[in-house]
Amino acid sequence: MDLGKTFLSWPVVRQLTGDDPLGRGKAAQSARTAALQPRTKTADRVVDSICPYCAVGCGQKVYVKDEKVVQIEGDPNSPVSRGRLCPKGSASEQLVNSPGRVTKVRYRRPYGTDWEDLDLDVAIDMIADRVVETRNRTWQDLDDQGHKVRRTLGFASLGGATLDNEENYLIKKLFTALGAVQIENQARI
Amino acid sequence: MAECHPVGFQWVMEAKARGAKVIHIDPRFTRTSAVSDTHVPLRAGSDIAFLGGVVRYILENELYFEEYVKAYTNASFLVGEEFVDSEDLGGLFSGYDEAKATYDPTSWGYAGASEGSVGKGGAGGADKGHAEGHSLGSGGPSVDPHTIQRDETLQHPRSVFQVLKRHYARYTPEMVEEVCGVPKELFLEVCEAVTANSGRERTTCWVYSVGWTHHSVGVQYIRGSAIIQLLLGNMGRPGGGILALRGHASIQGSTDIPTLFNILPGYLPMPKAGADESFESYLDTIRNHEQKGFWANAESYSVSLQKAWWGEKATVDNGWAFDYLPRISGDHGTYRTVLDMNDGKVDGYFLLGQNPAVGSAHARLQRLGMAQLTWLVVRDLNMIESATYWKDGPEIETGELKTEEIGTEVFFLPAAAHTEKSGTFTQTQRMLQWHHKAVDPPGDCRSELEFFHLLGQKLRERLRDSELERDRPLLDLTWDYPVDEKGEPSADAVLREINGFGPDGQLLNSYLQMKPDGSTSGGCWIYTGVYADGVNQSARRKPGSEQSWVAPDWGWAWPLNRRQLYNRASADPDGKPWSERKALVWWDEDQAKWVGHDVPDFEGTKPPSYRPPEGATGPAALAGDDPFVMQADGKGWLYAPSGLLDGPMPVHYEPSESPVRNAMYHQQGNPTRETFARKDNLQNPSAGEPGADVFPYVCTTYRLTEHHTAGGLSRWLPYLSELQPEFFCEVSPEHARERGLEHLGWATIVTARTAIEARVLVTDRVVPLKVGGKTIHQVGLPYHWGVGGDAVVSGDAANDLFGLSLDPNVHIQESKVASCDIVPGRRPRGPELLRFVEDYRSRAGITVETGNQRFTS
Ligand code: SF4
Repeated sequence: MDLGKTFLSWPVVRQLTGDDPLGRGKAAQSARTAALQPRTKTADRVVDSICPYCAVGCGQKVYVKDEKVVQIEGDPNSPVSRGRLCPKGSASEQLVNSPGRVTKVRYRRPYGTDWEDLDLDVAIDMIADRVVETRNRTWQDLDDQGHKVRRTLGFASLGGATLDNEENYLIKKLFTALGAVQIENQARI
Repeated sequence: MAECHPVGFQWVMEAKARGAKVIHIDPRFTRTSAVSDTHVPLRAGSDIAFLGGVVRYILENELYFEEYVKAYTNASFLVGEEFVDSEDLGGLFSGYDEAKATYDPTSWGYAGASEGSVGKGGAGGADKGHAEGHSLGSGGPSVDPHTIQRDETLQHPRSVFQVLKRHYARYTPEMVEEVCGVPKELFLEVCEAVTANSGRERTTCWVYSVGWTHHSVGVQYIRGSAIIQLLLGNMGRPGGGILALRGHASIQGSTDIPTLFNILPGYLPMPKAGADESFESYLDTIRNHEQKGFWANAESYSVSLQKAWWGEKATVDNGWAFDYLPRISGDHGTYRTVLDMNDGKVDGYFLLGQNPAVGSAHARLQRLGMAQLTWLVVRDLNMIESATYWKDGPEIETGELKTEEIGTEVFFLPAAAHTEKSGTFTQTQRMLQWHHKAVDPPGDCRSELEFFHLLGQKLRERLRDSELERDRPLLDLTWDYPVDEKGEPSADAVLREINGFGPDGQLLNSYLQMKPDGSTSGGCWIYTGVYADGVNQSARRKPGSEQSWVAPDWGWAWPLNRRQLYNRASADPDGKPWSERKALVWWDEDQAKWVGHDVPDFEGTKPPSYRPPEGATGPAALAGDDPFVMQADGKGWLYAPSGLLDGPMPVHYEPSESPVRNAMYHQQGNPTRETFARKDNLQNPSAGEPGADVFPYVCTTYRLTEHHTAGGLSRWLPYLSELQPEFFCEVSPEHARERGLEHLGWATIVTARTAIEARVLVTDRVVPLKVGGKTIHQVGLPYHWGVGGDAVVSGDAANDLFGLSLDPNVHIQESKVASCDIVPGRRPRGPELLRFVEDYRSRAGITVETGNQRFTS
C-alpha cells in the first residue's frame, strides 16, 4: 500500500503525530518540495571567483550547469569574507544572467534616431579606422613651445576600475604606444 | 563602511565584540552609525577643522607617542627660516602667487636644504601647471637627507614639532564647534577615545572613503589623519593605519597599473613636455641621487617597464625607447578632457565600464560634451545612460539637444562579465585575487582583454607599412599574446609579463632582482613577485581557517606579499615589538633577521643598529630605524616639505561653494584649487559674496548598499532595483518645516547648474547643525540614478547639481559638498526647467567670475 496516497500522509496528521506540532517544518512540506535540490547541488562544476562590485573583494563560488552560471555563493574559505556576500554580491548571478543585458553590438550612425545591428568584427574594424584617422589628424610632434610631445589629444578613454589588472595593462600599453594620454578611470572620480 | 563595504565591516563588528569602540564621523547617519558607539554628525566640508582639532588636543595635552614620534617621524627636523605659516598670512603659506593662484614651495623646505633638493613638486609646480602633485606617484617628493638639521628635544622653534603646534594652536574645541557644528563635548569624547586607545598596547585605525577625497582640498584631509596617526604611533602597526576603502573591484589595481593620465605602471610618472627631454633627466625627477629609500632604484623599474613594452627595440643606445612615450603637459584628467570635448577639441571617446553621464560630477557637462564627439565607443554589460544620451538624455527633454542634430557615431559593444574571463582584481588592501573563467561570454560579449588585443592587431595591421616615426612605438610594441581557440588572449601570459622576467627568461621573484642594464623586464615593478617561483600567487586559496590571522597564503599583496605597509614601525627602534599584544614583525637577534607574522617591509637582514656610512644613497642610506622605506628621508612626514601644491600642512578652507564664511582665516577656499571659469560651469556665490543667500543649504552625495556608483551594474538588476527603486533626498524634520517639504512628496533641488527632483525622506537621521551661530541644514543625495530609457529604475542624477572645482594635487572634483536651494514639488519640464534655473542665477547675480576667486585674503 502506498502510504503517500493515504490520509496518513496528510499534513495535519503529520503535524499532530510527528515532531512538528506547529506545522512550520517537515509536516507542511510537500513531496515536490522534498524532492527539490539546490542548484548548488546539481551544478556540473564550481569555479572560484571574486565579487565584481566593491573593493572588499569577497570570495565567490560560481556554480555552472550546462555551460550556464546557475548560482553564485560566497566562498567560506576566503579570509576576507568568510562566505558572506552583501546584497550586490548576492545579486551577481542576476548581473551575469540579467534579462536586460545586451549581448549584440548596437550601432548608432551620425544623426541617427535609433540603434542598428552591426557585425562585431566590422565594428572593431570601423573603430580601428576611426582611431587611425583621428590620431593622424590630431597628431602633435611638438607643443607650441617646441617641446617634443609625440601625442594625440584627439581621443580619450575613461574606465578601468571594474576591469582586471591584465585588461588595464593592455589598455594603458596600447594607448600609450599610440601616443594617447587622456586615459582615465574612476580612481580620478 | 557598513553601507558601502558591508562585508568588510564584519571585522569592525568583530573588533567591537572584543571591546573596540567604534566612532562614526560623518554628516550622514548610515548603517554604520546605527551600530557605532558614537555618531558624530559634522558639516560636510569641515573635516580639516575637526582633524586639526584632534592634532591640537594631542599636542597640547602631550598625548603623542613620544618615542615613536622622535624616532620615526620628521618631528625633530628643522624647517627653513623662509617658511611663513598660514597662521601669519591669513590662511596662505609663504610663496603664494596671486596671479597664478599657485605656490612656489621653495620656502617650505627643511633648513639647509640645498638648491634643487626640494626636487619635483618643488619650484616647478607653479610653472608646469597642475599635474605635478599627483605625478609624484608613491615615489613622493625628494629631499636631501644629508643636509637635514635636527633638534632631538623637539624644542627648537623651527622644528617640525613646534611648527605643527603653532599651526594648530587655534583649532580649539570651541573652534571645532563653531566650524563643524560638532558640540565641544562630543568632539572631546572623540579626542579622548582616540588618544586613550593609542600607544604601546593599543592602536586606533582611521577609515575613509570618497567622503574625504571628493573635495577641493581632499588630499589634505588624508594628510590630516596621517598627522594624527603618526603622532599617536599608529602607522605600520597592527590595528592601526589609515584604510582607504575603495569603491570598485579593481580601482586599486587600475591605479597600480594605471588607466590614468599622469602615471605609468608602478607609480612611475608619465614624462612631461619640456622637462623630461632625456631618459636621464626624467629619472632624476624620480630619484634624487642623494636620497634614501627604494625610489633610488627607479632606473631599474623604468628600464624593465620599457623592456616589457618594447622588448629588443628598447636598447641602451635609444635610451630604452624612452622617446616612445608621449609627453604630458599639465592636466589631462577626465574633467579637463570633458571641457575640451565641449569645446569640440576631442573626436573620440572610449567608455570602458564607466557611466559618466550619471557618475561624474557636472553630469550635464558630460552629456553635452559627448554630444560633441565624432565617435564614441561604449563597452558595458548594460545599455547605460552614457550610451543613450543622444536619444533620451535630459537635454533632449529641455530641447538643448536634438537627436537628429547630434553627429556622434556611437558603437555599443557588449562586455564580458567577471565570470566569463580570467584575471586579477586588486582589492582595497592591495591584494590581488585571481578569478577563474566559468563560462564563455554570450553573443558578441567580449572581455576588454580580447577587444584591446584585437584592436591593437588591427591598428598594427593598418599601419604595417608606415615609415613614420610616430608609428614606431605601436609597430615595435610587444603584442604577441597566446590566444585560445575562441580568440581570447591568455590573461595568465599578461600577468607573467607584468611580473617580469630575468635574463634567463625565468620569472622574477622580486623587484629587487630588476636591473637597469636591460637584462630584466617587468610591466609593473610593484607587482613583481605575483608570479614568484613560477606560481600564480594571486590564485592561492588556502582556506582562512587553516592559516594565521594575517592569511598570507590567500591571494598576493604588493609589494612582495606584505599585508601591512611600513610594518617595521610595529617594532621599536631596537627592533622589539612595542608590546607583545601588538607584535607584527621584529628583529630576531639569533637568526640575525627580521621575522614575524607578516612579511617584513624592510631589508631582511639589516639590523636595527645599522647606520649608513657617510655618503650612502638609496636603500643603503636607510638606517636600521628608518621604517618609511619609500620616503626620501625614511621618516613619516608630519610636515611635508615638498610634494604638495597646496601647503605643507592641512589648513581649514571652506568648500568651493559654501554658505558659511571661513571662521578661521580671511582666505575662504583652497587658494590653489583648480577652477574653470566658464559659462557652462557656473558656481553658486559663497558666504561673503552677493547672492549667497539664494543657495542657503549644503548638499552632499553618497551611496547606498544596494546600488553601485552610477548604477551600471545595479539599476539593471531587478533584485537590486526593487530594494532601492527611487531617487530620494534626506532632510531633517526642521528643514522640512522650514521649506514646507512633505515626507514621500517631491522636492526640487537647485544649484547654478540645474535643478533636479527627488522623493523626500524626512528623517531625524539628518541633524541641523549650529555653525557660527547659524543653523545649517544639509540635504543628503544618493547618486545612483540617471535619466534614460533602458534601466529597470531611473531618476534624476544627483551629479547634475555639481560644478567643477578640483583638488589641485589630484584633479578630483568637489562633489561631496556644494550649496543649494530646495523647494517642494517637482521640477519644471522641458524648456521651463532652463528658465527656472536661469531665474535662480539672475536672482543670485551669478556671472562666470562668481565663486571662482581663489585668492580672497
Ligand atoms: S559582496 Fe558586497 S562587500 Fe563583498 S565585494 Fe561584493 S559588493 Fe563588496
